[in-house]
Amino acid sequence: MSSFLLQRLFSFFITLAVTSVVVFGVLEWLPGNAAQVILGETATAESLAAMEEKLGLNQPALTRYVSWTGGLLQGQSGISISYDTPTADLMMERMHVTLPLAVMAMSITVAMALCLGLYAASKQNSTGDAGVMTLSQLGLALPNFWLAILLILLFAVHLQWVSAGGFPGWSVADGGGVWPAVSALILPALALAAVQTAILTRVTRSAVIEAMSEDYVRTARAKGLSKQQVLWKHVLRNAMIPVVTVMGLQFGNLITSAIVIENVFVLPGIGRLIFQAIANRDLIVVRDVVMLLSAMVILINFLIDVLYAMIDPRLKTGATSP
Amino acid sequence: MQRALKHPSFVAGFSMVMLLVLSAFVSLFWSPYPVGDIDIPNKLAIASAQHWFGTDSLGRDIASLLLVGSQNSLLVGFIAVGIGLGLGVPLGLLASAQRGWIEEVVMRAADFTFAFPALLSAILLTAIYGPGLVVSITAIGIFNIPVFARITRAAANTVWSRDFTLAARAAGKTQWAITWEHVLPNIVSVLIVQATVQFAIAILAEAALSYLGLGTQPPQPSWGRMLNEAQSQMFQAPMLAVYPGVAIALAVLGLNLMGDGLRDLLDPRLSRKR
Amino acid sequence: MICLIPVCQGSAERVAMSSFNPNADQPLNNTPLLSVRDLRVSLQTAQGQVDALRGVNFEMQRGETLGLIGESGCGKSLTALAIMGLLPERAQVLGSVQLNGAELTTLSDAQLCQMRGARMAMIFQEPMTALNPLHPIWKQIAEPLQLHQGMSVTAAKARALELLERVQLPRARERLDAYPHQLSGGQRQRVMISMALACQPDILIADEPTTALDVTVQKEVLSLIRQLVSEDGMGLLLISHDLGLMREQVERVMVMYGGAVVESANTQDLFEMRAHPYTRGLFAARPRLGLKRGTRLQTIPGHVPEIFNWPQGCAFAERCPIAVPSCAVVLPALEPVRPTVTDPLTAHWVRCPIWQTLEASA
Repeated sequence: MSSFLLQRLFSFFITLAVTSVVVFGVLEWLPGNAAQVILGETATAESLAAMEEKLGLNQPALTRYVSWTGGLLQGQSGISISYDTPTADLMMERMHVTLPLAVMAMSITVAMALCLGLYAASKQNSTGDAGVMTLSQLGLALPNFWLAILLILLFAVHLQWVSAGGFPGWSVADGGGVWPAVSALILPALALAAVQTAILTRVTRSAVIEAMSEDYVRTARAKGLSKQQVLWKHVLRNAMIPVVTVMGLQFGNLITSAIVIENVFVLPGIGRLIFQAIANRDLIVVRDVVMLLSAMVILINFLIDVLYAMIDPRLKTGATSP
Repeated sequence: MQRALKHPSFVAGFSMVMLLVLSAFVSLFWSPYPVGDIDIPNKLAIASAQHWFGTDSLGRDIASLLLVGSQNSLLVGFIAVGIGLGLGVPLGLLASAQRGWIEEVVMRAADFTFAFPALLSAILLTAIYGPGLVVSITAIGIFNIPVFARITRAAANTVWSRDFTLAARAAGKTQWAITWEHVLPNIVSVLIVQATVQFAIAILAEAALSYLGLGTQPPQPSWGRMLNEAQSQMFQAPMLAVYPGVAIALAVLGLNLMGDGLRDLLDPRLSRKR
Repeated sequence: MICLIPVCQGSAERVAMSSFNPNADQPLNNTPLLSVRDLRVSLQTAQGQVDALRGVNFEMQRGETLGLIGESGCGKSLTALAIMGLLPERAQVLGSVQLNGAELTTLSDAQLCQMRGARMAMIFQEPMTALNPLHPIWKQIAEPLQLHQGMSVTAAKARALELLERVQLPRARERLDAYPHQLSGGQRQRVMISMALACQPDILIADEPTTALDVTVQKEVLSLIRQLVSEDGMGLLLISHDLGLMREQVERVMVMYGGAVVESANTQDLFEMRAHPYTRGLFAARPRLGLKRGTRLQTIPGHVPEIFNWPQGCAFAERCPIAVPSCAVVLPALEPVRPTVTDPLTAHWVRCPIWQTLEASA
């Protein structure tokens, strides 16, 4: 493995560790202690004491941190206060909604953005290009939850093609099925994808334009390659480098945006879970979900780095850039 | 200045932003109806001469809510960006001037903050410290700090690598003097452009938080919260869900266009190929 | 001898392509390899349309080495790009460029693609950036072979190895799979040369091929180019700003200034006679050994005018010691220095009606 990848792997673990400390730390720095936050101001002294016992607040912070992370590494998570089930179970269940949603949204984004971005770059400064750029400006300006509402208005209220919210479940036994589940996720996925498509289209366009003005493109043309051939053989792979970076960042964005979108559509996903947990002041769930989401984002960034090393030979052989 | 007036993006964006500022300013003194006025018999009215955009579920005038809501958006933008500039820029300048381990620490911290989903952390903070304008602005503002720190450092680095700073050092000027007299003026244009971008982001973030009920609390009008209220009335009064969204979109679009225009005008070297 | 190439758009293009054969046997006897007549290029810039090339004329015979010298901004690279058909889309090209009698300016891009790399090749100044960093070396050399000669991958890779050995790249076999960033500047330029010569073109245009290289490597690369070009019987158009280079490497030199060729002669004549005032100034500006200490180095007064500020007439008029008012008004035509000599290889042309007055004051 190249030194680049080793470095990245190391960085990955360190970031995970530091994240866990920060997540833990933030929840320590509460106004009052955790028990008070959870039970609220009307709690009696006894219930407070019981809660403190349950949370192990009598133990020093370090011990609690170690037992938490130790538990995580062994696959045991905390127990939710409000649901009284392991947070891991809760999260797994919710992932059945959020993960497919994120994947759908990302697929739409990538497919549309690459097409639009390439088109705009190849027809630079024409009306087609201007059209794409205008669309992307609009896409950037729309709040995604507003777009979601508009989509509901059009497709659910007016046209009545899909329901206005809710999730029927993946298995027919639960009253759902694959197609009903997917159709419940289409509008949310579109709402999520809109903004990300706008961003990725612009990035793709400028990456391709940038690559097209490089010297090796001129060399390739001097060798007799047509513009099309140059685009496919030389430009695309080089342009992908910045594009893939942004895609990685976008995944993190998607996950957080899902929190809002799941609330708009009342989807029982991770976003809704954390929102409800906050409303219920279920700090255990909040802590574990935040850790999970952060870990996912960090993992994605790491995978992007691996992808880099595969695309760019300069990283593979560990050469510094000229 | 003449170029500014000819640049289509800038003109469009600037006009929209001015509209926003004007609405906020006007609303300080006047709005068609007082925002607190509840008028149940007239609830969910459609647009008319009395109520230009109709009324909401409590009979409040939408036009007035929109107008006063602009104050909220502007406030959020200014303070959040202010926090970012006020704390992020000095950090970036410090990192760039000192280099060495200080730079490493500052940049690692910034990178790390980027790994944290920002909205998530804002939600977390509002959850712990209670929902409200102050907490949400602070949360959004905190995430502006690494953005500005990073951009300041990158821009400052390019200035430091130019020969004239070397000459200034050779002439005996201290790092702080050089930073103040040379580096800062040269990076101002980058910062201005980024500030408009972050302003737009702040408005969007606050709208999302308010939509979730974690941002601006009643009775202060907020466009994001208006959208939430409108959602429950979707079947009876669909237009209620449109107006506040348009307001947000226009504000953000205006800022983005203005930012793009400024980027082209202030420093052509900065502008990416269009 | 004229080669008729029907140029049709759209669906008729296929007919045109089939009757257009870039590999047709070269016409016999007197057709020059390259013939450029009244080449004018007009570019679109942020400040409006500018005439970047104002009537370039020259001919190159088979096997001839021709040098093109001038300062930055005079249009040398533009001439090369215009010949190759590599100017940006919005550039207007007027005039005639004929390769082996075949008119290039009227060809479609698809037809030009068939010519480029196969019949005419070009190498550029910056070997660092001229190679695709993501492709291994052999792939980049194999590309024209696969494209123009339909070679298979294995055949092309083998040929690439032969080519690399021909350009004397050390450890060629190992280097086949290497990436550009693993080679030095001189080595990269050798790769560029092998890429250019892969399909054995008739003409090689080298645009400042050694300017970005170390001085020690420059000579090696240049003599390599000369050697290969003469082995293959190719024509060479060498573009540079370096007078010393011209003396050693080419048979004829053209001096460019302000978008036009101002003097053209064989190397010896140019170096001895220097008819045009600009050429005189250029030579005088070279630092020489043996000057007494404290002697001021000569420079040409004034500075090169920007392309937007070129006068209607001779671009050198402002800085010229013998200029008269009519110089800036009308661009002079090329005049023979020795009207009796008509052999294109030894004729000496100058774009100045009063160049003899300089002779007198020399």
